[in-house]
Amino acid sequence: MIRKEEIEHIAWLARVALREDEKDLFEQQLSSILDYFAVLDEADTTDVEPTYHVIGITDVVREDEPKEALSQPEVLRNAPKKEQGYFKSPRIL
Amino acid sequence: MDVKIGLECHAQLLTQSKLFCSCSTDYHNAEPNTHVCATCLGLPGALPVVNERAIRYGIKVALALGCTIQPKVIFYRKNYYYPDLPRGFQITQYEFPIAFNGLVRIESDGGKEREIRIKRVHMEEDPGRLVYRGTIDTATYSLVDYNRSGIPLVEIVTEPDLKSPKEARIFLGKLRSILEYLGVFEGDLEGAMRVDANISLKGGERAEVKNISSYKGVEKALSFEITRQKNLLRRGLTVQQETRHYDETRGVTLSLRTKEFEHDYRYFPEPDLVPIRISNRIEEIRREIPELPDEKKLRFIAQYSLTMEHANALTFDRHIADFYEVVASKIDPKLSATWIADVLKGELNYRSISMREASKRISPDDFVAMLRYLKKGVITERGATEIIREMLDSGGKPEEILRSKGLASIGSDEIEKAIHAVIKENEAAVKDYKAGKKEALNFLVGQVMKHTRGTADPKEVRAMLTRKIDGEI
Amino acid sequence: MVTALEVVEGIKSGNISCEELLLQIYERIERSELNCFITLNKEAAVREAREVDKRREEEEYRRKKLLGVPVAVKDSISTRGIQTTCASKILTGYVPPFDATVVAALKKEGAIIVGKTNMDEFCMGSSTETSYYGPTKNPHDLTRVPGGSSGGSAAAVSAGETILALGSDTGGSIRCPASFCGIVGLKPTYGFVSRYGLIAYANSLEQIGPMASTVTDTALLLEIVSAKDEQDSTQIKIQNNASTNYCFSWLNGTRNEREEIKGMTIGVPKEFIEGSSPEVERSVWDAIHKYEDLGATYGEISMRNLKYALASYYIIAMSEASSNLARFDGLRYGLRTGKDEDWHTTFSRIRSEGFGEEVKRRIILGTYALSAGYYGKYYLKALKVRTLIKNEFEEALKTYDILAMPTMPFVAFKLGERIKDPLSLYLADVNTVSVNLAGVPSLSIPCGVSHGLPIGLQLVGKHFEEDELLKAAFVYEQNIP
Repeated sequence: MIRKEEIEHIAWLARVALREDEKDLFEQQLSSILDYFAVLDEADTTDVEPTYHVIGITDVVREDEPKEALSQPEVLRNAPKKEQGYFKSPRIL
Repeated sequence: MDVKIGLECHAQLLTQSKLFCSCSTDYHNAEPNTHVCATCLGLPGALPVVNERAIRYGIKVALALGCTIQPKVIFYRKNYYYPDLPRGFQITQYEFPIAFNGLVRIESDGGKEREIRIKRVHMEEDPGRLVYRGTIDTATYSLVDYNRSGIPLVEIVTEPDLKSPKEARIFLGKLRSILEYLGVFEGDLEGAMRVDANISLKGGERAEVKNISSYKGVEKALSFEITRQKNLLRRGLTVQQETRHYDETRGVTLSLRTKEFEHDYRYFPEPDLVPIRISNRIEEIRREIPELPDEKKLRFIAQYSLTMEHANALTFDRHIADFYEVVASKIDPKLSATWIADVLKGELNYRSISMREASKRISPDDFVAMLRYLKKGVITERGATEIIREMLDSGGKPEEILRSKGLASIGSDEIEKAIHAVIKENEAAVKDYKAGKKEALNFLVGQVMKHTRGTADPKEVRAMLTRKIDGEI
Repeated sequence: MVTALEVVEGIKSGNISCEELLLQIYERIERSELNCFITLNKEAAVREAREVDKRREEEEYRRKKLLGVPVAVKDSISTRGIQTTCASKILTGYVPPFDATVVAALKKEGAIIVGKTNMDEFCMGSSTETSYYGPTKNPHDLTRVPGGSSGGSAAAVSAGETILALGSDTGGSIRCPASFCGIVGLKPTYGFVSRYGLIAYANSLEQIGPMASTVTDTALLLEIVSAKDEQDSTQIKIQNNASTNYCFSWLNGTRNEREEIKGMTIGVPKEFIEGSSPEVERSVWDAIHKYEDLGATYGEISMRNLKYALASYYIIAMSEASSNLARFDGLRYGLRTGKDEDWHTTFSRIRSEGFGEEVKRRIILGTYALSAGYYGKYYLKALKVRTLIKNEFEEALKTYDILAMPTMPFVAFKLGERIKDPLSLYLADVNTVSVNLAGVPSLSIPCGVSHGLPIGLQLVGKHFEEDELLKAAFVYEQNIP
């Protein structure tokens, strides 16, 4: 069971503003989904290592050689707001 | 006052390319957003690939700090949001840092030897850079430059063993020294070292101070914090556990509203990268570590019979130490020590240039040549200083400067002539001296020095002047 | 509809005009009600086609393996200079400055990009109904879904609006629409195809894969896009051209596939068959018996941990997704509406406006599963269960050469039927997600029809043995009545 306050807290952590009706809908839907996920509690995973990488390779690295970067216009091309070569961001506080 | 300070130092590593992409790291004077690719810009679909040299450098740092190295390294995502963080997460290390449990020895206030424990050393990428029109709390918008995004950082975290802002500054100096010795760091580059500090008084709550980017800044920020916290306690208020932002210009720390900075980083292993085993590289890298500052200092004292002060001054900066050793191999080590640690260093500080820069103008052989002139009496001490200054400011060889500036010390005949002239022109002063005013002699010596344009040996001048005047009595 | 191999052959011999082929395709697209495409590349494609016709006799052109073949690319795959949206409002107008590695590989071999296909928003869905651009319709029945999330690609191949297509598969997103639309779709072994340029949904689960109307076309496309790529740290750098070489040798008659299939052992996990509708079950058993006729043997097996697969899959996928989608903040690209307030408020509002409901749901669940206090119970637990499932597949594949089961438990459902109940949509993936957890390769091939709606047979193979899968699929394809 996930409560509305928790959903609000998670929505803030995720930086996705939710409308009131969305919060209500999610409270019901997410609760039933999480109830379904509880089936995992039945799985016996004593002494089982988690699988982070299913193919299990290691040691992939590259040489320290600089290569050409994107040009400034390419970098800024999709920027909704820009100024003098910078991306323009809302104020922090 | 029971003060506990811990530092988190982020040092940029001198690799050619960034940590997770091949963009050049040579961004310091570049136009914004010109050293950026799909990966460090966080474009959707772009993937990271680890820079091997960065890992080697990280291991080197960890070894030099006496740490225990982990068998493998796993990168994690640290999820938070800030405009300078293009992916909405930073790739860093969490459960498997490169190393932990190290030690740095410093000479604290009053020469006391202290051991500062290193909690952990790990690697992570630098975020981009925010430029405010104004300051963080007054700006109406920010500008973002991602040139710095992805630069490899080594993060060195200390235990809260530092007991004063001054100690913190000394520690940073030592750390810088060690990193430069390893050849993985250049402290002169802007923003190369950034520090977050944790400080608490009397076992109270910790305040974290972020955004400190200079050595002086550390001392200032922490001093300000101690005062601020003391004031709160005196008024019976509690110190909140919070994050504060250091404003370099105003020299104050500002509270960043806690909600925005409440973090649940939700660390999990970076799925786009695989673990990197490092135990097999350790011995090889250990052999690459040069003699470090502490060892070098002790060796200098023993090998060159130097004082502790001189040894310290000469070994802080590797470039100076190397310069000294070449010079000392060719001419009197003790003389060399004085002239490098006291005079040359002073001239460098005055001009705010580093030895590394100065080496472009002045070579060890030049310095040796100058010291030889001095030893032979061809030039006076003042002349020697003149030559050093000229070499630093305009280059040139000691021999040329000697000639062009007429710095060769003059013989007794010349001094006689000068004394004769000065005595004639300054009868009043001579009278004063004869009457018992000793300061008048200083004045006369000064006049002779002026007359000979500093090429006379002041001691000799004084002796000859006194003999002459006294002799006339 | 002509196959890719026939197109290449025809263009090189001058029997097919590339320009005419492309014009035909665009005409079909323009008349279509299916809504397969989000963005079309018509001007450039026709120009390139003309170029191909002109230069087809040049040495350099004759060497190209996909010369003039029209390929549709799922809109989650980056294409330089062509809008790439992931079917989301938040990426409206985003034009990547780079090609995904698979796209560069296609271009190098002379393929022509038709356009970017419709999909579930950020690959989150099994029906292509969560797209900001409206659903794609199933060519076999316009009132039904084509499957998802690569619904646009599957429908386009099925309807002749392209010859080849690329999709991506995180939990069934290639195989499901291939099954519902009656085409061939293959999810490669995890780490076989480079993910560079694929807009990430769940990095540890997904692969780009080929979709086509025949097995040999599928094999050809797989060979081209599996080019080794230094930019993807999770890709295995092994050479494996067994896939196409195998298929071509059958075509040339230099191998006898019927001989090779004899003695092949097929495992049939009962858990997969049990949940299916009667028509699907019947069709799949018919296919398995066909293999028996051809000399293979089968055995029923039980994979007990499969009941945890959906929960494990969704937790892992949603967790990774919640982090992958954090970059969409309107600062460097994408949606930026309204007045800028402070960073955190503006950012939250943009994401609220730009993401669809399903995406928001998964971001919330994923953030929750990773958050302090829940990480152990959800994310870490799911990863441990993943180990159990992976081991179980590896065990089963030690005893059997391949596994066979239905791709989907039912045929295409009606548009709007399941979208209001997210959990019911998640449950539709029951046969496909476990494969992604184990990282093994899998394909779907049409094996029957029920009331005009296609049914898919899913074959699963050992890690990096795509050639065995393709061989089995090819033999079946050649021998169905």
